[in-house]
Amino acid sequence: MSSARTVDSRLEDKAIALDETRRRRLVSAIACSVIERADELTALDAAIGDGDHGANMKRGFEAVLQDLDALAAMSLPDLLKGVGMKLVTKVGGASGPLYGTLFLALGKELSDAPSRATAASGFGGAIAAVKARGKSDVGQKTMLDVLQPAFEAFAAGGDAARVREATLLAADGTIPMRATRGRASFLGERSVGHMDPGARSASLIICAVCDEFGGG
Amino acid sequence: MANVGIVIVSHSPKVAEGAAEMVRQMVGDEVPLAWTGGNSGGGLGTSFDAITEAIDRAWSDAGVAILVDLGGAETNSEMAIESLPAARRRRVVVCNAPIVEGAVIAATEASGGSDLETVRRVAEELSP
Repeated sequence: MSSARTVDSRLEDKAIALDETRRRRLVSAIACSVIERADELTALDAAIGDGDHGANMKRGFEAVLQDLDALAAMSLPDLLKGVGMKLVTKVGGASGPLYGTLFLALGKELSDAPSRATAASGFGGAIAAVKARGKSDVGQKTMLDVLQPAFEAFAAGGDAARVREATLLAADGTIPMRATRGRASFLGERSVGHMDPGARSASLIICAVCDEFGGG
Repeated sequence: MANVGIVIVSHSPKVAEGAAEMVRQMVGDEVPLAWTGGNSGGGLGTSFDAITEAIDRAWSDAGVAILVDLGGAETNSEMAIESLPAARRRRVVVCNAPIVEGAVIAATEASGGSDLETVRRVAEELSP
């Protein structure tokens, strides 16, 4: 999927500064955002799935928080891989390997000080890895229906507020969709009218990142 | 030559154990067999670490065929396979087959000394 990496050529080449304090804040913000919304994720999953998404994601990100000091001390690639392996081993369910793959792939794609352009390209590459892991693509009512529009907004040069807006809009956009992948696909037409829980958790993670960078 | 090993991965430890019991009834100790079910929190689900350990317990130089139930069991199993040492990675497959019937028929095929590809094909013939 070559288009997954298409990045606006005007994106800055300047490295994004991420010192240890910033890395720590970023990981903490992502983890807390998911943990605080665990009940909401579970309620969404109970409607069209097996109702364990909130508890699973909470368990995974609590394990991340337990290692926050060690993770923040790592280079950005190692930090991302560390978060990925925590999610793989702790979350369980399909979301463990899927979110695990997202972070592991980001860790492989990004350098320690990515520019906006390389960050966008790396994000695109990581989304391609998630698609391969889940044998899925956009339009199936999954986390990809948030990740891809968020990537597109970011790669087109959108600022944090613009990416955030696109992300929330995309999560809402899964409500009228009919699931064709994942447990919700068993419900067929009955999956219509509910936000996809994976789309919601993806939006929480991306919004947490946007808030961190939007705040300067 | 050793027979292909069988790993059963269900969201439910009871389903996994029950399927393993049915396999044992059919093939006794002629195939290496391991099962796992449940997530790391003790609930319904699957665990990457537990699957990795199950592959190790059922290891055979002839390879290992994994039978799974639902999405997460398959995704976690594929992740576990990719994390194996390169020499083992190529000798583990996930069968696209119903978990109980697939495990019994795969194990029966394996007990006759068939290779990994044949074991997988016979199990997958159960799927439409």
